Amino acid sequence: MAEIVSLAEAIAADVHDGDTVAMEGFTHLIPHAAGHEVIRQRRRNLTLVRMTPDVIYDQLIGAGCARKLVFSWAGNPGVGSLHRFRDAVERSWPAPLEIEEHSHAGMANRYLAGASGLPFAILRGYRGTDLPTHTAGVADIVCPFTGETLTAVAALRPDVTVIHAQRADKLGNVQYWGITGVQKEAVLAASRSVVTVEEIVDELDPRPGAVVLPSWMVTHVALAPNGAHPSYALDYSVRDNDFYVAWDAISRDRVSFQTWMDEHIFAGGESSPLASTAGGSGGSSPLASTAGGSGGSSPLASTAEHSQWRRP
Amino acid sequence: MTYTSDEMMTVTAARVLQDRMTCFVGIGLPSEAANLARATHAPNLVLIYESGTIGAKPDALPLSIGDGILAQTADSVVSVPEIFNYWLQPGRIDIGFLGAAQIDKFGNINTTVIGGDYASPKVRLPGAGGAPEIAAACREVIVVLRQSRRTFVDRVDFITSVGFGDGPGARHRLGLTGAGPQRVITDVGVLQPDPATSELVLTGIYPGGSVSDIYAKTGWDLQVSANLRELAPPSDLELSVLRGLVATMPASKAAAPEPARQGAA
Repeated sequence: MAEIVSLAEAIAADVHDGDTVAMEGFTHLIPHAAGHEVIRQRRRNLTLVRMTPDVIYDQLIGAGCARKLVFSWAGNPGVGSLHRFRDAVERSWPAPLEIEEHSHAGMANRYLAGASGLPFAILRGYRGTDLPTHTAGVADIVCPFTGETLTAVAALRPDVTVIHAQRADKLGNVQYWGITGVQKEAVLAASRSVVTVEEIVDELDPRPGAVVLPSWMVTHVALAPNGAHPSYALDYSVRDNDFYVAWDAISRDRVSFQTWMDEHIFAGGESSPLASTAGGSGGSSPLASTAGGSGGSSPLASTAEHSQWRRP
Repeated sequence: MTYTSDEMMTVTAARVLQDRMTCFVGIGLPSEAANLARATHAPNLVLIYESGTIGAKPDALPLSIGDGILAQTADSVVSVPEIFNYWLQPGRIDIGFLGAAQIDKFGNINTTVIGGDYASPKVRLPGAGGAPEIAAACREVIVVLRQSRRTFVDRVDFITSVGFGDGPGARHRLGLTGAGPQRVITDVGVLQPDPATSELVLTGIYPGGSVSDIYAKTGWDLQVSANLRELAPPSDLELSVLRGLVATMPASKAAAPEPARQGAA
Protein backbone atom coordinates (compact mmCIF):
# COMPACT_ATOMS: atom_id res chain seq x y z
CA MET A 1 0.00 0.00 0.00
CA ALA A 2 1.20 3.49 -0.78
CA GLU A 3 2.23 5.63 2.15
CA ILE A 4 1.10 9.24 2.10
CA VAL A 5 4.01 11.41 3.21
CA SER A 6 5.48 14.86 2.57
CA LEU A 7 7.24 15.46 -0.73
CA ALA A 8 10.57 15.88 1.05
CA GLU A 9 10.09 12.55 2.84
CA ALA A 10 9.09 10.78 -0.36
CA ILE A 11 12.15 11.97 -2.26
CA ALA A 12 14.45 11.21 0.66
CA ALA A 13 13.06 7.69 0.92
CA ASP A 14 12.91 6.75 -2.75
CA VAL A 15 15.50 8.75 -4.73
CA HIS A 16 19.10 7.96 -3.86
CA ASP A 17 22.44 9.08 -5.24
CA GLY A 18 23.35 7.00 -8.28
CA ASP A 19 19.79 5.85 -8.94
CA THR A 20 18.18 5.49 -12.35
CA VAL A 21 15.24 7.88 -12.09
CA ALA A 22 12.38 8.31 -14.55
CA MET A 23 10.21 11.40 -14.19
CA GLU A 24 7.48 11.05 -16.76
CA GLY A 25 4.55 13.11 -17.97
CA PHE A 26 4.24 13.84 -21.69
CA THR A 27 4.06 17.64 -21.72
CA HIS A 28 1.10 17.27 -19.34
CA LEU A 29 1.55 16.34 -15.63
CA ILE A 30 5.32 16.79 -15.53
CA PRO A 31 6.41 16.36 -11.87
CA HIS A 32 8.30 19.64 -11.55
CA ALA A 33 7.80 20.06 -7.79
CA ALA A 34 9.32 16.62 -7.20
CA GLY A 35 12.22 17.46 -9.51
CA HIS A 36 12.85 20.63 -7.53
CA GLU A 37 12.90 18.62 -4.31
CA VAL A 38 15.51 16.27 -5.83
CA ILE A 39 17.62 19.35 -6.62
CA ARG A 40 17.15 20.75 -3.09
CA GLN A 41 18.18 17.42 -1.58
CA ARG A 42 21.25 17.50 -3.82
CA ARG A 43 21.05 14.08 -5.33
CA ARG A 44 24.10 13.25 -7.42
CA ASN A 45 25.17 10.87 -10.19
CA LEU A 46 21.60 10.18 -11.25
CA THR A 47 20.79 8.46 -14.51
CA LEU A 48 17.81 10.50 -15.62
CA VAL A 49 15.31 8.83 -17.91
CA ARG A 50 12.60 10.72 -19.72
CA MET A 51 11.20 10.83 -23.25
CA THR A 52 11.19 14.63 -23.39
CA PRO A 53 13.67 16.02 -20.83
CA ASP A 54 11.84 19.38 -20.91
CA VAL A 55 12.58 22.19 -18.46
CA ILE A 56 12.58 19.79 -15.48
CA TYR A 57 15.68 17.90 -16.63
CA ASP A 58 17.29 21.09 -17.92
CA GLN A 59 17.15 22.23 -14.29
CA LEU A 60 18.39 18.92 -12.85
CA ILE A 61 21.24 18.79 -15.38
CA GLY A 62 22.21 22.42 -14.80
CA ALA A 63 22.13 21.84 -11.04
CA GLY A 64 24.64 19.00 -11.39
CA CYS A 65 22.35 16.11 -10.37
CA ALA A 66 22.82 14.01 -13.49
CA ARG A 67 25.56 11.70 -14.69
CA LYS A 68 23.64 10.31 -17.64
CA LEU A 69 20.53 11.17 -19.63
CA VAL A 70 18.35 8.61 -21.41
CA PHE A 71 15.89 10.40 -23.70
CA SER A 72 14.26 10.76 -27.10
CA TRP A 73 13.63 14.50 -27.62
CA ALA A 74 15.56 17.15 -25.71
CA GLY A 75 14.09 20.48 -26.69
CA ASN A 76 11.95 23.22 -25.18
CA PRO A 77 8.70 22.39 -26.98
CA GLY A 78 7.77 25.04 -29.55
CA VAL A 79 10.50 27.35 -28.23
CA GLY A 80 13.93 25.96 -29.06
CA SER A 81 16.87 24.46 -27.25
CA LEU A 82 17.29 23.22 -23.71
CA HIS A 83 20.35 25.33 -23.01
CA ARG A 84 21.52 23.58 -19.83
CA PHE A 85 21.31 20.22 -21.64
CA ARG A 86 23.26 21.65 -24.57
CA ASP A 87 25.85 23.24 -22.33
CA ALA A 88 26.40 19.86 -20.65
CA VAL A 89 26.68 17.95 -23.94
CA GLU A 90 28.64 20.56 -25.89
CA ARG A 91 30.84 21.96 -23.09
CA SER A 92 30.57 19.48 -20.18
CA TRP A 93 29.08 22.12 -17.87
CA PRO A 94 28.55 21.77 -14.97
CA ALA A 95 29.74 18.21 -15.53
CA PRO A 96 30.08 15.82 -18.46
CA LEU A 97 26.76 14.22 -19.36
CA GLU A 98 26.64 10.76 -20.87
CA ILE A 99 23.72 10.40 -23.24
CA GLU A 100 21.69 7.47 -24.50
CA GLU A 101 19.17 8.55 -27.09
CA HIS A 102 16.26 6.82 -28.72
CA SER A 103 13.14 7.64 -30.68
CA HIS A 104 9.83 8.24 -28.90
CA ALA A 105 8.47 4.93 -30.17
CA GLY A 106 11.57 3.18 -28.89
CA MET A 107 11.38 4.75 -25.43
CA ALA A 108 7.66 4.05 -25.14
CA ASN A 109 8.27 0.42 -26.01
CA ARG A 110 11.20 0.17 -23.60
CA TYR A 111 8.90 1.22 -20.76
CA LEU A 112 6.25 -1.16 -22.05
CA ALA A 113 8.74 -4.05 -21.90
CA GLY A 114 9.74 -3.05 -18.38
CA ALA A 115 6.12 -2.91 -17.30
CA SER A 116 5.46 -6.29 -18.89
CA GLY A 117 8.37 -8.01 -17.18
CA LEU A 118 10.03 -8.71 -20.52
CA PRO A 119 13.70 -8.10 -21.35
CA PHE A 120 12.92 -6.27 -24.58
CA ALA A 121 10.17 -4.98 -26.83
CA ILE A 122 9.76 -5.23 -30.59
CA LEU A 123 8.86 -2.47 -33.01
CA ARG A 124 9.28 -1.35 -36.57
CA GLY A 125 11.72 1.44 -35.97
CA TYR A 126 15.28 2.81 -36.06
CA ARG A 127 16.08 0.96 -39.29
CA GLY A 128 18.30 2.98 -41.60
CA THR A 129 18.89 5.67 -38.99
CA ASP A 130 22.23 6.42 -37.33
CA LEU A 131 20.75 5.92 -33.87
CA PRO A 132 21.69 2.23 -33.37
CA THR A 133 25.35 3.04 -34.15
CA HIS A 134 25.53 5.26 -31.09
CA THR A 135 22.91 3.77 -28.79
CA ALA A 136 23.26 0.49 -26.93
CA GLY A 137 20.12 -1.54 -26.42
CA VAL A 138 18.88 -1.41 -30.01
CA ALA A 139 19.28 -4.53 -32.14
CA ASP A 140 17.82 -6.30 -35.15
CA ILE A 141 15.62 -9.28 -34.38
CA VAL A 142 14.18 -11.78 -36.83
CA CYS A 143 10.53 -12.75 -36.50
CA PRO A 144 10.38 -16.53 -35.86
CA PHE A 145 7.14 -16.78 -37.82
CA THR A 146 7.62 -14.59 -40.89
CA GLY A 147 11.40 -14.13 -41.10
CA GLU A 148 10.94 -10.37 -41.18
CA THR A 149 13.70 -8.29 -39.59
CA LEU A 150 12.37 -6.01 -36.86
CA THR A 151 13.96 -3.94 -34.11
CA ALA A 152 14.35 -4.98 -30.49
CA VAL A 153 14.85 -2.38 -27.76
CA ALA A 154 16.01 -3.24 -24.25
CA ALA A 155 13.54 -2.87 -21.39
CA LEU A 156 13.74 0.16 -19.12
CA ARG A 157 13.71 -0.69 -15.43
CA PRO A 158 14.16 2.49 -13.41
CA ASP A 159 15.01 2.27 -9.71
CA VAL A 160 12.30 4.83 -9.17
CA THR A 161 9.66 6.52 -11.30
CA VAL A 162 8.25 9.90 -10.28
CA ILE A 163 4.98 11.21 -11.72
CA HIS A 164 2.38 13.87 -10.99
CA ALA A 165 -1.34 13.10 -10.96
CA GLN A 166 -4.54 15.01 -10.39
CA ARG A 167 -5.71 13.07 -7.36
CA ALA A 168 -5.20 10.32 -4.87
CA ASP A 169 -7.59 8.97 -2.27
CA LYS A 170 -6.72 8.49 1.39
CA LEU A 171 -5.67 4.91 0.70
CA GLY A 172 -3.13 6.08 -1.89
CA ASN A 173 -4.98 5.01 -5.02
CA VAL A 174 -3.94 7.43 -7.76
CA GLN A 175 -6.06 8.86 -10.58
CA TYR A 176 -5.03 10.99 -13.56
CA TRP A 177 -6.62 11.92 -16.85
CA GLY A 178 -6.15 14.02 -19.99
CA ILE A 179 -2.93 13.25 -21.85
CA THR A 180 -1.90 10.16 -19.91
CA GLY A 181 1.46 9.70 -21.66
CA VAL A 182 3.65 6.80 -20.62
CA GLN A 183 3.29 7.15 -16.84
CA LYS A 184 1.49 3.87 -16.21
CA GLU A 185 4.22 1.92 -18.00
CA ALA A 186 6.95 3.95 -16.29
CA VAL A 187 5.51 3.25 -12.82
CA LEU A 188 4.99 -0.44 -13.52
CA ALA A 189 8.54 -0.76 -14.91
CA ALA A 190 10.17 0.74 -11.81
CA SER A 191 11.17 -0.77 -8.46
CA ARG A 192 9.71 2.18 -6.53
CA SER A 193 7.41 5.06 -7.36
CA VAL A 194 6.61 8.53 -6.06
CA VAL A 195 3.36 10.19 -7.09
CA THR A 196 2.69 13.84 -6.32
CA VAL A 197 -0.94 14.93 -6.54
CA GLU A 198 -2.98 18.11 -6.80
CA GLU A 199 -5.31 16.94 -4.05
CA ILE A 200 -6.08 14.04 -1.76
CA VAL A 201 -9.78 13.19 -1.65
CA ASP A 202 -11.91 10.81 0.40
CA GLU A 203 -12.99 8.81 -2.61
CA LEU A 204 -12.07 8.79 -6.34
CA ASP A 205 -15.14 9.30 -8.53
CA PRO A 206 -15.01 7.92 -12.08
CA ARG A 207 -13.59 10.22 -14.80
CA PRO A 208 -13.72 9.61 -18.56
CA GLY A 209 -10.41 8.29 -19.84
CA ALA A 210 -8.82 8.27 -16.41
CA VAL A 211 -6.02 5.92 -15.39
CA VAL A 212 -6.16 4.55 -11.86
CA LEU A 213 -3.00 3.16 -10.30
CA PRO A 214 -3.94 0.96 -7.35
CA SER A 215 -2.37 1.95 -4.08
CA TRP A 216 -0.38 -1.27 -3.88
CA MET A 217 1.54 -0.33 -7.04
CA VAL A 218 2.69 2.99 -5.61
CA THR A 219 5.40 3.47 -2.98
CA HIS A 220 4.76 7.02 -1.80
CA VAL A 221 2.08 9.63 -2.48
CA ALA A 222 2.75 13.28 -1.64
CA LEU A 223 0.50 16.30 -1.85
CA ALA A 224 1.95 18.95 -4.20
CA PRO A 225 -0.70 21.40 -5.42
CA ASN A 226 0.33 22.96 -8.73
CA GLY A 227 3.24 20.53 -8.62
CA ALA A 228 3.42 20.28 -12.41
CA HIS A 229 4.04 23.99 -13.06
CA PRO A 230 5.05 25.19 -15.69
CA SER A 231 3.50 22.01 -17.09
CA TYR A 232 -0.14 21.56 -16.08
CA ALA A 233 -2.77 19.27 -14.63
CA LEU A 234 -5.90 19.18 -16.76
CA ASP A 235 -8.91 20.58 -14.87
CA TYR A 236 -6.59 22.10 -12.23
CA SER A 237 -4.22 24.34 -14.18
CA VAL A 238 -3.20 25.38 -17.69
CA ARG A 239 0.24 25.00 -19.26
CA ASP A 240 2.27 28.13 -18.54
CA ASN A 241 3.45 28.66 -22.10
CA ASP A 242 4.84 32.08 -21.20
CA PHE A 243 7.16 30.42 -18.70
CA TYR A 244 8.43 27.96 -21.32
CA VAL A 245 9.18 30.94 -23.58
CA ALA A 246 10.82 32.83 -20.70
CA TRP A 247 12.97 29.80 -19.78
CA ASP A 248 14.85 30.28 -23.04
CA ALA A 249 16.43 33.51 -21.78
CA ILE A 250 16.76 32.39 -18.15
CA SER A 251 18.61 29.21 -19.07
CA ARG A 252 20.72 30.53 -21.93
CA ASP A 253 23.29 31.98 -19.57
CA ARG A 254 24.94 30.09 -16.70
CA VAL A 255 24.76 32.98 -14.25
CA SER A 256 21.15 33.91 -14.96
CA PHE A 257 20.27 30.23 -14.62
CA GLN A 258 21.99 29.99 -11.25
CA THR A 259 20.38 33.20 -10.06
CA TRP A 260 16.95 31.91 -11.05
CA MET A 261 17.59 28.58 -9.31
CA ASP A 262 18.73 30.34 -6.14
CA GLU A 263 15.66 32.51 -6.05
CA HIS A 264 13.06 29.96 -7.08
CA ILE A 265 14.33 26.55 -6.06
CA PHE A 266 16.72 27.00 -3.16
CA ALA A 267 15.15 30.06 -1.54
CA GLY A 268 11.59 29.74 -2.78
CA GLY A 269 11.07 26.03 -2.39
CA GLU A 270 9.00 24.35 0.27
CA SER A 271 11.16 23.98 3.32
CA SER A 272 12.21 20.49 4.06
CA PRO A 273 13.61 19.13 7.28
CA LEU A 274 15.71 16.69 5.30
CA ALA A 275 17.02 19.37 3.01
CA SER A 276 18.11 21.48 5.94
CA THR A 277 19.98 18.47 7.27
CA ALA A 278 21.75 18.28 3.94
CA GLY A 279 22.38 22.00 4.17
CA GLY A 280 24.18 21.33 7.43
CA SER A 281 26.93 19.60 5.52
CA GLY A 282 28.76 22.88 5.19
CA GLY A 283 26.47 24.81 2.88
CA SER A 284 28.80 24.18 0.00
CA SER A 285 27.63 24.79 -3.53
CA PRO A 286 26.15 21.84 -5.36
CA LEU A 287 27.84 23.18 -8.43
CA ALA A 288 31.22 23.32 -6.75
CA SER A 289 30.85 19.85 -5.33
CA THR A 290 29.92 18.46 -8.73
CA ALA A 291 32.81 20.19 -10.38
CA GLY A 292 35.10 18.95 -7.64
CA GLY A 293 33.91 15.40 -8.06
CA SER A 294 34.49 15.43 -11.77
CA GLY A 295 37.89 17.00 -11.78
CA GLY A 296 37.12 20.64 -11.09
CA SER A 297 36.52 21.45 -14.73
CA SER A 298 33.68 23.90 -14.19
CA PRO A 299 34.64 27.28 -15.59
CA LEU A 300 32.66 28.95 -12.83
CA ALA A 301 33.85 26.81 -9.97
CA SER A 302 36.83 29.01 -9.31
CA THR A 303 34.96 32.28 -9.56
CA ALA A 304 32.73 34.10 -7.15
CA GLU A 305 29.52 33.24 -9.01
CA HIS A 306 29.15 29.85 -7.47
CA SER A 307 28.66 31.42 -4.08
CA GLN A 308 25.16 32.15 -5.32
CA TRP A 309 24.51 28.48 -4.83
CA ARG A 310 25.04 28.69 -1.10
CA ARG A 311 21.91 27.62 0.65
CA PRO A 312 20.10 30.61 2.12
CA MET B 1 -2.02 41.46 -49.88
CA THR B 2 1.77 41.28 -49.54
CA TYR B 3 3.19 38.21 -47.85
CA THR B 4 6.46 36.74 -46.61
CA SER B 5 8.31 33.73 -47.99
CA ASP B 6 7.49 31.88 -44.75
CA GLU B 7 3.80 32.51 -45.31
CA MET B 8 4.09 31.22 -48.87
CA MET B 9 5.75 28.08 -47.49
CA THR B 10 3.08 27.47 -44.87
CA VAL B 11 0.23 28.09 -47.30
CA THR B 12 1.80 25.77 -49.88
CA ALA B 13 2.12 23.05 -47.25
CA ALA B 14 -1.46 23.55 -46.09
CA ARG B 15 -2.79 23.17 -49.64
CA VAL B 16 -1.33 19.66 -49.90
CA LEU B 17 -3.62 18.48 -47.12
CA GLN B 18 -7.03 17.37 -48.31
CA ASP B 19 -10.22 17.18 -46.34
CA ARG B 20 -10.68 13.95 -44.32
CA MET B 21 -7.01 13.02 -44.52
CA THR B 22 -5.33 11.86 -41.33
CA CYS B 23 -2.21 13.80 -40.48
CA PHE B 24 0.48 13.18 -37.85
CA VAL B 25 1.62 16.68 -36.94
CA GLY B 26 4.95 17.85 -35.56
CA ILE B 27 5.14 21.15 -33.71
CA GLY B 28 6.27 24.40 -35.34
CA LEU B 29 5.81 24.98 -39.07
CA PRO B 30 3.97 21.66 -39.62
CA SER B 31 1.43 22.55 -36.94
CA GLU B 32 0.85 25.99 -38.46
CA ALA B 33 0.24 24.48 -41.89
CA ALA B 34 -2.02 21.68 -40.68
CA ASN B 35 -4.12 24.06 -38.60
CA LEU B 36 -4.35 26.50 -41.52
CA ALA B 37 -5.65 23.69 -43.74
CA ARG B 38 -8.23 22.70 -41.14
CA ALA B 39 -9.34 26.32 -40.76
CA THR B 40 -9.75 26.80 -44.52
CA HIS B 41 -10.26 24.09 -47.15
CA ALA B 42 -9.99 20.93 -45.02
CA PRO B 43 -12.36 21.29 -42.04
CA ASN B 44 -12.45 17.52 -41.49
CA LEU B 45 -8.68 17.05 -41.53
CA VAL B 46 -7.82 14.68 -38.68
CA LEU B 47 -4.91 16.10 -36.68
CA ILE B 48 -2.95 13.58 -34.65
CA TYR B 49 -0.26 14.70 -32.22
CA GLU B 50 2.26 12.33 -30.66
CA SER B 51 0.96 13.19 -27.20
CA GLY B 52 -1.85 10.75 -28.04
CA THR B 53 -4.47 13.28 -29.10
CA ILE B 54 -6.38 11.96 -32.11
CA GLY B 55 -8.65 14.36 -33.99
CA ALA B 56 -7.56 17.47 -32.09
CA LYS B 57 -9.42 20.65 -33.09
CA PRO B 58 -7.51 23.54 -31.52
CA ASP B 59 -8.84 27.04 -32.15
CA ALA B 60 -5.44 28.48 -31.23
CA LEU B 61 -2.01 27.22 -32.26
CA PRO B 62 -0.59 25.00 -29.54
CA LEU B 63 2.95 25.82 -28.37
CA SER B 64 3.64 22.19 -27.53
CA ILE B 65 2.30 18.87 -28.79
CA GLY B 66 0.66 18.40 -25.41
CA ASP B 67 -1.16 21.67 -24.79
CA GLY B 68 -4.47 21.21 -22.97
CA ILE B 69 -6.43 22.49 -25.97
CA LEU B 70 -5.40 19.39 -27.92
CA ALA B 71 -6.70 16.93 -25.35
CA GLN B 72 -9.87 18.90 -24.67
CA THR B 73 -10.86 19.02 -28.35
CA ALA B 74 -9.70 15.55 -29.44
CA ASP B 75 -11.98 12.74 -30.60
CA SER B 76 -9.87 10.35 -28.56
CA VAL B 77 -6.89 10.62 -26.26
CA VAL B 78 -4.67 7.55 -26.04
CA SER B 79 -1.44 6.74 -24.21
CA VAL B 80 1.95 7.34 -25.79
CA PRO B 81 2.75 3.63 -26.34
CA GLU B 82 -0.66 3.28 -28.00
CA ILE B 83 -0.27 6.26 -30.36
CA PHE B 84 2.97 4.81 -31.70
CA ASN B 85 2.15 1.09 -31.62
CA TYR B 86 -1.51 0.97 -32.60
CA TRP B 87 -1.97 4.09 -34.69
CA LEU B 88 1.32 5.07 -36.34
CA GLN B 89 3.18 1.77 -36.75
CA PRO B 90 0.55 -0.16 -38.78
CA GLY B 91 0.44 2.59 -41.44
CA ARG B 92 -3.02 3.95 -40.62
CA ILE B 93 -2.00 7.60 -41.01
CA ASP B 94 -1.99 9.31 -44.40
CA ILE B 95 0.48 12.13 -43.93
CA GLY B 96 3.41 12.63 -41.61
CA PHE B 97 4.33 16.26 -41.33
CA LEU B 98 7.92 16.91 -40.21
CA GLY B 99 10.38 19.74 -39.75
CA ALA B 100 14.15 19.29 -40.04
CA ALA B 101 17.42 21.01 -39.25
CA GLN B 102 19.17 19.40 -42.22
CA ILE B 103 17.94 17.42 -45.20
CA ASP B 104 19.91 15.74 -47.98
CA LYS B 105 19.21 14.96 -51.62
CA PHE B 106 17.59 11.65 -50.69
CA GLY B 107 15.28 13.32 -48.19
CA ASN B 108 17.07 11.94 -45.15
CA ILE B 109 16.53 14.19 -42.14
CA ASN B 110 18.87 15.26 -39.36
CA THR B 111 17.52 16.63 -36.08
CA THR B 112 20.29 15.22 -33.87
CA VAL B 113 23.75 16.81 -34.16
CA ILE B 114 25.54 19.23 -36.50
CA GLY B 115 29.30 19.48 -36.85
CA GLY B 116 32.03 17.88 -34.78
CA ASP B 117 31.35 14.24 -34.00
CA TYR B 118 28.46 12.59 -32.22
CA ALA B 119 30.15 12.59 -28.81
CA SER B 120 31.17 16.26 -29.00
CA PRO B 121 29.00 17.97 -31.57
CA LYS B 122 29.23 21.61 -32.55
CA VAL B 123 25.47 21.94 -32.20
CA ARG B 124 23.38 19.53 -30.19
CA LEU B 125 19.81 19.45 -31.57
CA PRO B 126 16.80 18.00 -29.73
CA GLY B 127 17.05 14.56 -31.34
CA ALA B 128 14.58 12.13 -32.84
CA GLY B 129 11.29 12.50 -31.03
CA GLY B 130 8.60 10.76 -33.01
CA ALA B 131 10.17 11.51 -36.37
CA PRO B 132 11.98 8.25 -37.28
CA GLU B 133 8.82 6.17 -37.05
CA ILE B 134 6.63 8.91 -38.58
CA ALA B 135 9.05 8.98 -41.53
CA ALA B 136 8.97 5.19 -41.73
CA ALA B 137 5.28 4.42 -41.35
CA CYS B 138 3.05 7.26 -42.55
CA ARG B 139 1.71 6.64 -46.05
CA GLU B 140 3.65 9.69 -47.15
CA VAL B 141 5.74 12.37 -45.53
CA ILE B 142 5.83 16.12 -46.07
CA VAL B 143 8.86 18.02 -44.81
CA VAL B 144 8.66 21.75 -44.18
CA LEU B 145 11.82 23.80 -43.61
CA ARG B 146 13.57 26.95 -44.78
CA GLN B 147 16.06 26.35 -47.58
CA SER B 148 19.74 27.30 -47.45
CA ARG B 149 23.11 25.67 -48.10
CA ARG B 150 23.29 25.09 -44.35
CA THR B 151 20.04 23.10 -44.30
CA PHE B 152 20.06 21.49 -47.78
CA VAL B 153 23.23 19.42 -47.76
CA ASP B 154 24.70 16.66 -49.88
CA ARG B 155 24.91 14.37 -46.86
CA VAL B 156 23.30 15.00 -43.50
CA ASP B 157 25.65 14.89 -40.50
CA PHE B 158 23.37 12.30 -38.85
CA ILE B 159 20.44 10.31 -40.24
CA THR B 160 17.74 10.77 -37.63
CA SER B 161 14.85 9.88 -39.94
CA VAL B 162 15.14 8.02 -43.21
CA GLY B 163 13.93 9.46 -46.49
CA PHE B 164 15.20 7.35 -49.37
CA GLY B 165 18.35 6.21 -47.55
CA ASP B 166 21.16 5.77 -50.08
CA GLY B 167 18.83 5.82 -53.08
CA PRO B 168 16.38 3.69 -55.05
CA GLY B 169 15.20 0.53 -53.30
CA ALA B 170 16.56 1.50 -49.89
CA ARG B 171 13.18 1.93 -48.21
CA HIS B 172 12.09 -1.51 -49.34
CA ARG B 173 15.33 -3.12 -48.18
CA LEU B 174 14.97 -1.46 -44.78
CA GLY B 175 11.36 -2.59 -44.42
CA LEU B 176 10.00 0.96 -44.25
CA THR B 177 6.34 0.65 -45.10
CA GLY B 178 5.39 4.22 -46.12
CA ALA B 179 6.26 5.99 -49.37
CA GLY B 180 8.67 8.42 -47.70
CA PRO B 181 9.05 12.15 -48.30
CA GLN B 182 6.89 12.95 -51.32
CA ARG B 183 7.18 16.71 -50.88
CA VAL B 184 9.75 19.01 -49.32
CA ILE B 185 8.22 22.45 -49.02
CA THR B 186 10.53 25.38 -48.36
CA ASP B 187 10.45 29.16 -48.31
CA VAL B 188 11.62 29.22 -51.96
CA GLY B 189 9.94 26.25 -53.62
CA VAL B 190 8.84 22.64 -53.61
CA LEU B 191 11.08 19.60 -54.13
CA GLN B 192 9.82 16.10 -54.89
CA PRO B 193 11.61 12.79 -55.36
CA ASP B 194 12.41 11.72 -58.90
CA PRO B 195 10.77 8.29 -59.31
CA ALA B 196 13.85 6.86 -61.03
CA THR B 197 16.67 8.25 -58.88
CA SER B 198 14.84 9.00 -55.58
CA GLU B 199 16.70 12.32 -55.61
CA LEU B 200 14.81 15.44 -54.62
CA VAL B 201 14.26 17.64 -57.69
CA LEU B 202 12.72 21.07 -57.98
CA THR B 203 9.09 20.83 -59.07
CA GLY B 204 7.56 24.05 -57.81
CA ILE B 205 8.65 27.66 -57.66
CA TYR B 206 6.93 30.64 -56.09
CA PRO B 207 5.81 33.85 -57.83
CA GLY B 208 8.78 36.13 -58.36
CA GLY B 209 11.30 33.41 -57.44
CA SER B 210 14.23 32.31 -59.57
CA VAL B 211 15.72 28.90 -60.16
CA SER B 212 19.24 30.33 -59.86
CA ASP B 213 18.41 31.59 -56.37
CA ILE B 214 17.23 28.09 -55.43
CA TYR B 215 20.43 26.55 -56.85
CA ALA B 216 22.38 28.92 -54.62
CA LYS B 217 20.46 27.66 -51.61
CA THR B 218 21.00 23.95 -52.31
CA GLY B 219 24.11 22.04 -51.23
CA TRP B 220 23.93 19.46 -54.01
CA ASP B 221 23.69 19.56 -57.80
CA LEU B 222 19.95 20.20 -57.85
CA GLN B 223 18.01 18.93 -60.85
CA VAL B 224 14.95 20.76 -62.11
CA SER B 225 11.86 18.83 -63.13
CA ALA B 226 10.71 19.04 -66.75
CA ASN B 227 7.30 19.82 -65.25
CA LEU B 228 8.44 22.74 -63.10
CA ARG B 229 5.47 24.96 -62.37
CA GLU B 230 4.83 28.21 -60.61
CA LEU B 231 2.55 27.92 -57.60
CA ALA B 232 -0.25 30.37 -56.88
CA PRO B 233 0.39 33.03 -54.25
CA PRO B 234 -1.53 32.92 -50.96
CA SER B 235 -5.09 34.15 -51.14
CA ASP B 236 -6.26 36.94 -48.87
CA LEU B 237 -8.33 34.41 -46.95
CA GLU B 238 -5.38 32.07 -46.43
CA LEU B 239 -3.20 34.95 -45.24
CA SER B 240 -5.73 36.38 -42.85
CA VAL B 241 -6.52 32.97 -41.31
CA LEU B 242 -2.81 32.13 -41.00
CA ARG B 243 -2.00 35.46 -39.36
CA GLY B 244 -4.92 35.01 -37.00
CA LEU B 245 -3.54 31.60 -35.97
CA VAL B 246 0.02 32.82 -35.53
CA ALA B 247 -1.26 35.70 -33.38
CA THR B 248 -2.50 33.13 -30.85
CA MET B 249 1.05 32.02 -30.08
CA PRO B 250 3.22 33.39 -27.25
CA ALA B 251 5.00 36.44 -28.68
CA SER B 252 8.65 35.53 -28.62
CA LYS B 253 8.28 32.11 -30.21
CA ALA B 254 9.10 33.42 -33.67
CA ALA B 255 12.42 34.70 -32.36
CA ALA B 256 13.56 31.24 -31.31
CA PRO B 257 16.76 29.92 -32.91
CA GLU B 258 16.10 28.21 -36.17
CA PRO B 259 17.73 24.75 -35.92
CA ALA B 260 16.13 23.74 -32.66
CA ARG B 261 12.74 25.13 -33.47
CA GLN B 262 12.75 23.00 -36.56
CA GLY B 263 13.30 19.89 -34.49
CA ALA B 264 11.14 16.88 -35.00
CA ALA B 265 8.32 17.38 -32.60
